[in-house]
Amino acid sequence: MTDLCKLTLVESVQHIKEKKCAALDLLNSYIKRIEKSDKLNCFNSKDLDTAIKKAKSIDEKKDFSKILVGAPIAVKDLFCTRDVKTTASSKMLENFIPTYESTVTQKLWNEDAILLGKLNCDEFAMGSSNETSFFGNVLNPYRLNNDNLVPGGSSGGCAAAVAANLTSATVGTDTGGSIRQPAAFTGIVGLKPTYGRCSRWGIVAFASSLDQAGPMTKDVKDAALILDVISGYDEKDSTSANKPKTSFLNSLKNNVKGLKVGIPKEYRVENMPEEVNSLWQEGIKILKEQGAIIKDISLAHTKYALPTYYIIAPAEASSNLARYDGVRYGFRAEGKDLTEMYENTRSKGFGNEVKRRIMIGTYVLSSGYYDAYYLKAQKVRNLIKTDFDESFKDVDVILTPTTPTAAFKFGEKSDDPIAMYLNDIFTVTANLAGLPAISFPIKFNKDGLPLSLQLIGKSFDEQTLLNTAYSIEKEVNFKSQVKDWWM
Amino acid sequence: MSNKEFNYYINGKKSKWEVIIGLEVHAQVSSNAKLFSNSSTKFGADPNSQVSLIDAAMPGMLPVINKFCVEQAIRTGLGLKAKINLNSVFDRKNYFYADLPQGYQISQYKYPIVGEGEVFLDMPYGAKKIGIERLHLEQDAGKSIHDQSPTKTFIDLNRSGIALMEIVSKPDLRSPEEVAEYIKKLRSIMRYLGTCDGNMEEGSLRADVNVSVRKVGALEFGTRCEIKNVNSIKFIQQAIQYEAKRQVDLLEEGKFIDQETRLFDTKKNETRQMRSKEDAHDYRYFPEPDLPALRLESNFVEEIRKKLPELPDDKKKRFVNEYKISSYDAGVLTADKETSDYFEKVAKNSDVKLAITWVSGELFAVLNKHSLSIKDSPVSAENLTKLILLIMNNTISGRIAKDLFEIMLKDSRDPKVLVEEKGMVQESNIGELEKIIDKVLQNNQDKVSEYKSGKDKLFGFFVGSVIKESKGKANPALVNELLKKKLS
Repeated sequence: MTDLCKLTLVESVQHIKEKKCAALDLLNSYIKRIEKSDKLNCFNSKDLDTAIKKAKSIDEKKDFSKILVGAPIAVKDLFCTRDVKTTASSKMLENFIPTYESTVTQKLWNEDAILLGKLNCDEFAMGSSNETSFFGNVLNPYRLNNDNLVPGGSSGGCAAAVAANLTSATVGTDTGGSIRQPAAFTGIVGLKPTYGRCSRWGIVAFASSLDQAGPMTKDVKDAALILDVISGYDEKDSTSANKPKTSFLNSLKNNVKGLKVGIPKEYRVENMPEEVNSLWQEGIKILKEQGAIIKDISLAHTKYALPTYYIIAPAEASSNLARYDGVRYGFRAEGKDLTEMYENTRSKGFGNEVKRRIMIGTYVLSSGYYDAYYLKAQKVRNLIKTDFDESFKDVDVILTPTTPTAAFKFGEKSDDPIAMYLNDIFTVTANLAGLPAISFPIKFNKDGLPLSLQLIGKSFDEQTLLNTAYSIEKEVNFKSQVKDWWM
Repeated sequence: MSNKEFNYYINGKKSKWEVIIGLEVHAQVSSNAKLFSNSSTKFGADPNSQVSLIDAAMPGMLPVINKFCVEQAIRTGLGLKAKINLNSVFDRKNYFYADLPQGYQISQYKYPIVGEGEVFLDMPYGAKKIGIERLHLEQDAGKSIHDQSPTKTFIDLNRSGIALMEIVSKPDLRSPEEVAEYIKKLRSIMRYLGTCDGNMEEGSLRADVNVSVRKVGALEFGTRCEIKNVNSIKFIQQAIQYEAKRQVDLLEEGKFIDQETRLFDTKKNETRQMRSKEDAHDYRYFPEPDLPALRLESNFVEEIRKKLPELPDDKKKRFVNEYKISSYDAGVLTADKETSDYFEKVAKNSDVKLAITWVSGELFAVLNKHSLSIKDSPVSAENLTKLILLIMNNTISGRIAKDLFEIMLKDSRDPKVLVEEKGMVQESNIGELEKIIDKVLQNNQDKVSEYKSGKDKLFGFFVGSVIKESKGKANPALVNELLKKKLS
């Protein structure tokens, strides 16, 4: 019998629909793996008993019509899930159990997907290595010789769980690269949709103008399928977009003939490892061979993107996280008066990276500094958007590497916030401009670590991104090299 | 119009000072649902029984603007003859407090929904225009309850998220009286519009008062202090009086005024420092990323404009013209919409003069005595109209009408029925009247002699006695006529 956990999401659902296996069989094979994979620390919490009940009920009802029928799916612990602990990997919400379900996850369950549990991430999604989680590091299923590597972040648990076949697919969130960078570090596909494509309702907020939920999957087809399910207008989210519903999966095709692909010169950053540069060239070569037209383009304000991001995101975060004050829910540390209770609660409840960003954000919004930092950052953000608007008059998609390096070791950058922030250098621009972007694996480096490329698309043109990635994916035929060393 | 002159000045030991006042009025929008959630806004519900996930700022919750509250703000703006801004932006005002669940208040900072407007006051020294700086929408905080436990504070979030309009005046007010008139006028306009019930006891209307003083004749404004959250007209006036005096005393001692936030202690009748300038909150305003900018179609605004009701100033003018009544009477009758509606109903169907007398006389007296608003009046406009008609067609006399009115306060049946049931119909039968007159004259023969010998003043005594003898029912005009004949 085939290992059911190795199936893609599309294949898994097909298996159930064609009655090649029962929903419970599929679920049980995942549970078996999950139970042997605690070492990776992907899960903050598991909801396996409920999952078994749901799988049994699907099998009993014999109604296999839903799009994700029986698909076992764990989600990032940033999505509020009814009656299931939602922690944002923070001590602050260590015991928080929502009475409501986020729109995105509700859409999964509406299609008969089954919740496996909640996946580890950086605390409040702030981090690029999953090292800021209150619940400890997540291990990348790929190792450098025998050294453990970070899975990337903030959706590190998501990426590792997909790569290690602990979930058939997942949804993460991406504020500055939190889906794409860990996807790249673990050799999976990660898509950040256009801002407004998916509802943010019920997702623990990090930076409201940048946050977007998206698929993290084994391949491009799976990403299209998940996007089909989770996207759509939500009247509960005033920033969600009212677009006609189409099926990305049904429209998926591997034809890039005549497609105009932009190569931004500003992404050739200093000290970029040769392997990343050659990866990029390889992508260009493949696209050319498939009939795409390659154009050099300029995104002039790229160099300001990272500082701009690290002003806007912390500014919004400092305000979004003000609600965690110990008054109504979550962690509270008592004090002799209200102010001391606030100080104790927030000092003990938040980790260092979160505190750092709250302080940065508070500073850049302060009177006397607002114009110099926040307002200027907003202006630069507009210039970055304009750069993209101009470029997209000439090209259909933009090709870049996803990350400047392959996955790195624990502790390698955790003492140097700037070095850590540099990880996001290729990914933050899409968030600042609100554009869709996809990361997908191409090859392994000489150390056997996955390397990925990123495509950035026009606003609400996820279809072209998916088609292009699909086309390259077919050509490179990337195959997971995960060795199950932890089992 | 009286020709009194404005004379509110503070006479210090050295100089005469003028008081400069600007008001930030927080008016609760009349709306069934909150500004960004669909929780109820009903006053007086059990604590924390009207709190949605959004109002409690649970993780991942997002605000969605209540269109009706936007319409109410526009309506109010139009009522203040103000510019409606087709583009406005919500901002976050960040500060920590236990009854502020989000840790920020969603408000409008740089781009309010309503711009400059104006309000006219009728002062004894003439009409005065007060400029409106802006009106913006914002959400209210919850309530901290400190007096139920010696060691704990309780939080009630029912109010959290209710829509407020902050109406900021220009520093055009110059006395506590003007401030009182200004608040009454704002309240009157909003009640006409149905945008705020103006109920200060329930906190639907609260004000922050900015006060500064300057020597009479000076052009520059002095340094101002802000007195926070005063919730009755009386307290606002007292606060201004105290604060102006305090500032004058300081300045005359050669000291400076610190720009600071103060609060008014209603028990001690004084203001005291709440926050110094150094401790002033840095609210770190920035555009609310969860809400797109608020863009209005000009058609949308025009539709609201078309449906605006007649407002107090216009109605007052119309009353003066249409009913030929004094500006003062018109002002009294149009100060609130229900009163003016009531009056118009009565006046249109009876007699204007009598309507004024009865509405602003007898009716107001009863309402004031029992602290009733006109919509709770024990006598309906229909019944008061009928009462006046009974006077007009001589069914009852003016004196009987007063008795009838007393009965009508407790009995809401048709006054005609009451008059008949109680036998109050005016006696106009000459034969019957003559009988009574004869009886009165018979019993007072000494006075008849006195009258005939020139004591004219006694005529009134005879009229009174006849009416008394008739138990008030005698038609006074006829009594006069008949008495004159009999005594001549």
